[in-house]
Amino acid sequence: MSEQVTLIVPSHPKYLFVIRSAVYPIMVDAGLSRKEARKVVLAVDEACSNIIKYAYEGDHSKTIALKVSVDQGALTIELKDSGRKPDVEKITPRKLDDIRPGGLGTHFMAEVFDRIDYDTSSEAGTVLTLVKNTR
Amino acid sequence: MKVEIITETIDDGFLLRLKGDVDMNSSSDVRSALADVFKKGTSGMKAVLIDLSQVRYMDSSGIATLVEAMQNCMKKKARLRLFELSPPVRDVFEMARLSSVFEIYATRNDAVNGL
Repeated sequence: MSEQVTLIVPSHPKYLFVIRSAVYPIMVDAGLSRKEARKVVLAVDEACSNIIKYAYEGDHSKTIALKVSVDQGALTIELKDSGRKPDVEKITPRKLDDIRPGGLGTHFMAEVFDRIDYDTSSEAGTVLTLVKNTR
Repeated sequence: MKVEIITETIDDGFLLRLKGDVDMNSSSDVRSALADVFKKGTSGMKAVLIDLSQVRYMDSSGIATLVEAMQNCMKKKARLRLFELSPPVRDVFEMARLSSVFEIYATRNDAVNGL
């Protein structure tokens, strides 16, 4: 049976630690090692940072809705925003041998999660679904 | 969450101690502290050392700040040396494949040696 945790935080970077603080113990409780859990937290945090930067373009008055589902065999994290929709075709992790500031967030997400899906079908905003297989 | 930054002058340049979370909310504070160091640093500055033992979390904005610091050190012909990386910092360096790009040392003494 699936267990779910939901959390809604303002789209201000000062609340990113709230999301990190919520996700980490759920990942450990679901059976990930501490190192794996830290990597999931990093990838989720980067996804939220991207929402603040690109979907909301720095507007701190909006919200990010987080839903974590723990199922047998998979951990699913959904992040819902009501901001500008991304051009999904253009989202690609940058080459790591290009040593420069920025652009690492999508690489971290791709490294940690087995499936990444951007659903832009709703009238406003995006639902980003991140899935990590656990067996 | 905030990051605490303590800057010390040492024989070879500057030492920054970071404590807390270096993320999208706080990395600008680290960038400002480093900018102050580069402003104060004379042509004789040999190195900027950064103690990362008390960093509880670092994201890509923290990494970007350190990459910029490395580039600024190169312009000043100084070394950027990082030491005592906490496990979360080590994780993000591994994931960004940056462990071999930066000069990373186990201890402060190791970081100071050979400057």
